[in-house]
Amino acid sequence: MTRHVVVVSAGLGVPSSTRLLADRLAAATEASLAALGESVATRIVELRPLAHPLADHLLTGFPAGDLVEAVAAIRRADAVIAVTPVFSASYSGLFKSFFDVLEPGTLAGTPVLLAATAGTARHSLALEHALRPLFAYHRALTVPTAVFAASEDFGSAADGRLADRVARAAGELADLVAGRPLGPEDPDPDGLDDLDEPEPFETLLGR
Amino acid sequence: MQFGIFTVGDVTPDPTTGRTPTEHERIRDTITIARKAEEVGLDVFATGEHHNPPFVPSAPTTTLAYIAAVTERLLLSTSTTLITTTDPVRIAEDYATLQHLSDGRVDLMLGRGNTGPVYPWFGKDIRDGVPLAVENYALLRRLWREEVVDWEGRFRTPLQGFTATPRPLDGVPPFVWHGSIRTPEIAEQAAYYGDGFFANHIFWPASHTRQMVALYRRRFEHYGHGSADQAIVGLGGQVFMRHNSQDAVREFRPYFDNAPVYGHGPSLEDFTSQTPLTVGSPQQVIERTLGFREYVGDYQRQLFLMDHAGLPLKTVLEQLDLLGEEVVPVLRREFAARKPVHVPDAPTHATLRAAREHAAPSLDELGARAVAAER
Repeated sequence: MTRHVVVVSAGLGVPSSTRLLADRLAAATEASLAALGESVATRIVELRPLAHPLADHLLTGFPAGDLVEAVAAIRRADAVIAVTPVFSASYSGLFKSFFDVLEPGTLAGTPVLLAATAGTARHSLALEHALRPLFAYHRALTVPTAVFAASEDFGSAADGRLADRVARAAGELADLVAGRPLGPEDPDPDGLDDLDEPEPFETLLGR
Repeated sequence: MQFGIFTVGDVTPDPTTGRTPTEHERIRDTITIARKAEEVGLDVFATGEHHNPPFVPSAPTTTLAYIAAVTERLLLSTSTTLITTTDPVRIAEDYATLQHLSDGRVDLMLGRGNTGPVYPWFGKDIRDGVPLAVENYALLRRLWREEVVDWEGRFRTPLQGFTATPRPLDGVPPFVWHGSIRTPEIAEQAAYYGDGFFANHIFWPASHTRQMVALYRRRFEHYGHGSADQAIVGLGGQVFMRHNSQDAVREFRPYFDNAPVYGHGPSLEDFTSQTPLTVGSPQQVIERTLGFREYVGDYQRQLFLMDHAGLPLKTVLEQLDLLGEEVVPVLRREFAARKPVHVPDAPTHATLRAAREHAAPSLDELGARAVAAER
């Protein structure tokens, strides 16, 4: 049985250092899961092409186009790697918009690895004061190590190397995923099938 | 099948001129639009209920009573009556009065309302939306069906020995529809009582409508009111028409782009493919509307939203001419040709009165008699 890892990257540039970090985290997670005997299918969700559908969703209240599939992928995910650039001391608006439009409960109990990029290391606590509370609201299971990469980290081999932090975080994520029993496949990830039987009306009346 | 229009009652600037109608104009225009609906052969006019700007219809039965006085056939309804924040005693009294004034040309559609502050303004909490709809409607039904009501609940002061007056016309309460976009409990409520279910079906993907109507039909049958395909379904719809479809798109686009709810979001083209909105020729509207029954089955009521987003009165009246003269006659014929005989029409005062005269007393009536006998 395959574990589905969904990587959300909110980088805007091409090439994007956010995507670069996301790819490193994805590769490290695949390696860690493989070492634990799990097979992995990784899917990258780039938010830049979803910018217009996300703005539309905020205005209309429903997802359209490729956003439908991206949201369904999150619902199906066994683990999520969420990576954002730091804008004005926090996650980018695009990153937040994506997590704003998820239905409540979509991420509940899902192991999530948090990561961010910025021009300098002075923004590193944005992971702790902005991203972690956002995912606590979603009742996601965030891994203890959140990975921050400043521009300088991509050229440094000094103490606390980026590669070490990536490997540690990926290992923590893999441990959470591999330790979990496989849940049943969501039979209706797009939410288009018939609705389940509701609570009988007598029950509603009796409250 | 019934065809008609429903209005939100928004006071919106005309984006092509920048002009905003006054509240007085908007209210008078609503009357003109309702009269026009009857003139062009439509069956139903429904008004929304709102208690905040930029909307004018805060007193729906006042407006509907006026329309009743200046029309002869038009069935008057609501879209929706706020069952959460309106005292069910007031609903019972207001709509029974309207029944008498209109000689039974009344039904109503109940909705919860989704404007957060309206709830506290009326002393309620939006988090109680579904329980309020359940309790208030249960009380409303008793007020219309039982002469003397003793009642106690969570959301309203208790009633002891209360009689709602006037009594419903001919002892027949107005038919009730329950409206919802995506709340299964409301479809369940409609099914439980054998009432109508109205799917909003505008501004949202048709998949919501399909799921909700399917659930309602399944539960209607479960509760023993008939087979699933005999359940009473209504749909909304939104159209803008010109004989040349490109003219319709060109004229409607600025209204679409600036509309409340969906404006400044998706393109007109995207929104027409994502939702049931149809902008084009009368023939395109006919084809799209006939397609609705492919995912909801044979249904009983189709209401169109024609007068929102700042469209000027003159344009709305032209739209009603097209709807009444070119679209609805074809839809009537085509829907009738497709509908199996065992699928009923929507109940009206006349059919409900006839059923009451010919049928055994209902459980509600037996219950009321038993209570009366005990006294």
